[in-house]
Order: sequence, then C-alpha cells, then structure tokens
Amino acid sequence: MQIFLPIADISVNLFLLLGIGGVVGFLSGLFGVGGGFLITPLLFFIGIPPAIAVATGANQVVASSVSGVLAQLKRKAVDFPMGFVLLAGGMVGSASGVWVFARLTAAGQVDLFVQLSYVLFLGLIGLTMFWESLNALRRTRKVGAPIRRSHTHNWVHGLPFKMKFRASGLYISVLPPLAVGALVGFLAAIMGVGGGFIMVPAMIYFLGMPTKVVIGTSLFQIIFVTAFTTVMHAVTANTVDMMLAVLLILGGVIGAQVGAQVSGKLKAEQLRILLSLLVLGVAFKIALDLLLRPSELYTITPGLLP
Amino acid sequence: MIRVLLFWCLACLPAAAATEDIVAGLSQNRVSITADFEGSEILIYGAVRRTAPAPEGQLHVIITVEGPSAPITVRKKDRTAGIWINRESVQIASAPSFYAIATTGHLKDILSETENLRHQITIPRAIRAVGISQQAGNAPEFLEALIRVRESEDKYRLSERSVQFTQATLFRSDVVLPANLTEGLYRVRIFLTRDGQVVDRIERQINVRKEGLERFLFNLSRDQPLIYGFLSLLIAVVAGYAASAGFRLFKR
Repeated sequence: MQIFLPIADISVNLFLLLGIGGVVGFLSGLFGVGGGFLITPLLFFIGIPPAIAVATGANQVVASSVSGVLAQLKRKAVDFPMGFVLLAGGMVGSASGVWVFARLTAAGQVDLFVQLSYVLFLGLIGLTMFWESLNALRRTRKVGAPIRRSHTHNWVHGLPFKMKFRASGLYISVLPPLAVGALVGFLAAIMGVGGGFIMVPAMIYFLGMPTKVVIGTSLFQIIFVTAFTTVMHAVTANTVDMMLAVLLILGGVIGAQVGAQVSGKLKAEQLRILLSLLVLGVAFKIALDLLLRPSELYTITPGLLP
Repeated sequence: MIRVLLFWCLACLPAAAATEDIVAGLSQNRVSITADFEGSEILIYGAVRRTAPAPEGQLHVIITVEGPSAPITVRKKDRTAGIWINRESVQIASAPSFYAIATTGHLKDILSETENLRHQITIPRAIRAVGISQQAGNAPEFLEALIRVRESEDKYRLSERSVQFTQATLFRSDVVLPANLTEGLYRVRIFLTRDGQVVDRIERQINVRKEGLERFLFNLSRDQPLIYGFLSLLIAVVAGYAASAGFRLFKR
C-alpha cells in the first residue's frame, strides 16, 4: 500500500516505513541510542530527499526516546542532574554546530563532510567499544581473574566545581560532562542525529558512569536535543514531513518498548558488543559508498547553487 | 482587378489557415494528490476536423505532457584522494519536472528539426539549458546525464507509436502520471504533422493539486512553520508516552 508524503513529494510503501520505524525503535530501546544514525541513512536509501530525512528523522527520535526513557524511568535508571548538565553543554554545542553546517552548505561540500564524519566517528567508536567489550567478556570467562573496577581515578577527578551525581554514584567536576555534552551536541547538529552513539561510550569510558544509568540518561538528554533540532528545521527549512514522521513513530514507539524489555534481559557486555558491531556496520557501508565507483556519477539537485 | 485580388485572397486563406484542425479532450483536467495517491492515468483523445479533402502525405499525431519547470543543478562525482566526491557542476535554467511524449511514428520521421526548434517538442528541446557550455568543458554530458537519470526515474518518457490513430481521423493515447508528481499546472500539447511540418496544434491543461490532509499539512508547514514544528513534537511525545503506557497495561 502506497502513501503520498506531502512535504517530501513522493509516494512510499506504508509498511516499509512502519518496518523501518519498528527496527530502529527496537535498537533505540535496546541500546539507549536515539537511532538517528540508522534512520537517516535508511531514509536516504529509500529515496527520501536528504534534508527531509535529517529533519524528520530527528522528529522520530524524539518519540522513540520519550518511549524509551519512560521504560527506563520505571527502572530508576535516569540520572537527572547528570542529564541536565549534559543538556546544558549540548545546547551550546548544537548551536555552534548549526552555524558550521550553514558555512559548509554555502561551500557546497556538506554531503561529503557529513559522510566523512559518519565514517570517522562511527568507525572510531565502534572499534573502541568492540575491543573493550571483547576484553571484558574474556575477563568474565576467566575464573579468578582480578576484578576490574567500574572506573579508575584519573585527571578528570582533579578538576574543580565538583558535584554529586547520586544515581551514577559519582562525585566529579561538572566540566567533563559539560564538555561531553557540547561535543556531542556539535556533532549531532552536523550529522543530523541525536548523538547517543557518541554519548553512550563517552559516558561509560570518559565519565565512568555505570552502564545501567547510561542508557536512561542518554535518552533523556537526546529528547531535548532532537526536539530543538526538529523545531529548528521546521521553521528554517520546512523540511519536517509530518506524514512520514507519524508512520516512523508508530513503528518506532512500539519497537522501543520491545527493545527496552529485551535490554533488561541481556548482559551489559553482550549489549555493548552488539552495539559496536552495529555501529561498525553502518560506518563500513558509508565508507564503501565513498570508495567504490558509483553506478551513476551525476546527481540532480533542485534549485541553483547559491 | 479587385475581383481577381479578392479571388486570390479567398483561395489563399484556407491554405494559410489549416484545412485540418484538432478537436480534442482529456478524460480529466484535474488530478488530486491525496494520501493514497498512486499515480493517475489520463486518456487524451480527439479527432481531425477537415474542411476539405485531406492533402497528400501521411498525417501524424504528437502528444506531449509537461510538468511545471524549475531550475536544477547537475553535479558530477570525481575520484579525489581515493574517494568519490562532487566536483564539477552545471546549472540548468529550467527543466520540466515531468515530460512525456507519445507519437504515432518515429519522431525523426514525422517532425523536422526546424519545427522541433520552433515548438520545443523533443526532451532535449524541452529543457532550457542556455549558456551551460561556459560552466563546464563537457556541458552536453551533464544534459545527457539529466535526461538519463530522469528517464530511469520514469519522469521523462518517449513512447513512439503509442498513439492510436484510426483512419487518419480519430486518435487516442493514455498517459500515465507517476505517483511522484510535483504540484502545479501540467501542459498537454497535441501536434498534427504532415511531412515533418506542424499542420495544427492545440493546448490543454491538467491541474495537479494536493487535497485533503496533504493540502492541510503542506499549507501549515509553509504558513505556520512554528506551530507545525511544535505539532510534530507534540505528536512524537504523545505517541511515545502512549506506547509506554500501553505496554505497562499490557504487562499487567
């Protein structure tokens, strides 16, 4: 069954959209990532114009994050103070990211930049996470191996403005979370994603937060960043397609609930290995598109160059 | 003397004006794009009206359907440092969003190049690409690429011998409008040709418009973008909450 999308101006299969929403929602609930880094390339792939895919993807991420965060709230797995600190950094980063994005659009190389940052960040994070969780799995298998502490003290703990984050069991300076928030917000605005796939590893490896609160807190923060992005795109470029968003959301919220249920049953290390494989897969696919000779060298864009 | 002149004038007039002209209609002159729009088939039919016996030479019919035009940019990827990136680009002043040609014979045989130039019938002629040769060394390649890409998307279409023409008088043709339609006025042109020369032509219009929910959402996104943005957010938050609440009930 086909459905016509009023803003994208194209006709797409209804069940395909529900399916994409469902799969991405499932992964979002499972890993605590917004799913933007998956939904945006998937929408490109089925022929949605990139600008509309980015804006509408952000809208869908709002819904799946709300759904996911509510499931996490029930398990008391959201660290609100930490969420707000990250968010404060995120807004600053996002605003500067939007500015850089506009500069690149004027230069005409924004697609390339987005693809390169996808490959670079997804590849880097995927590899680190894969390596770390592989080691962790090996350690748990060995009987009598030394128990690894959840986090070790390093220079991060010597910074001023310390604050207590009860749910995370941390007493650290607010500067590192602010910096993480700003960096993720910046990348999120440029890559058109929520940034969970960078946020989650940064929280685990850099801030030393326990995995069980990472997912809920990351989702909480993503809601606000993507909500901001959605309204901004709707106002500046009219690129949010509500019809497309509703269908993606419908599949997505259900998927997110199922994903959150499943995530409670899996071990943290297994979860991390799966997420790292997924991230590596997407990075590999985008790298391949850049490296292989495309079947059609020419592309058509409506409108004239500025 | 005056009588002779008058006689000549009368004799010349019908020859200058056509002795054959087209009477035509469309099965619909309005296409509504609704949520479940899957494309539309338009029947274009008509007849040749004659005030005198048909002259020598075979008569042919050419029908074109043309969507609203817009400027576009064609970019070409090149390999730089191992990766394929957009390098050269050519800007085309105006290209139709949709263009279909249906004829009774091979276009080359039934239409002379001068008539094609005058009426801009074939696909390359329908695209207004003035001054592109200054933008890139191989500008014609960009034009060919545009046509190739749009043909593969079924947006540009040449169907020779697809018009049914009975006894050089009655003709009909079905033109399929795809699901991915751009809103606007579509121009339908019907040409009657003999020996490559256009004998008569008429023009009709099809109004393609979004209707219902599609119309409402489109207008809202343009007229009240802030409200539209917040409405999108509200839907997202409510849907997220509803799914979560629903699952809690379901688990009990």
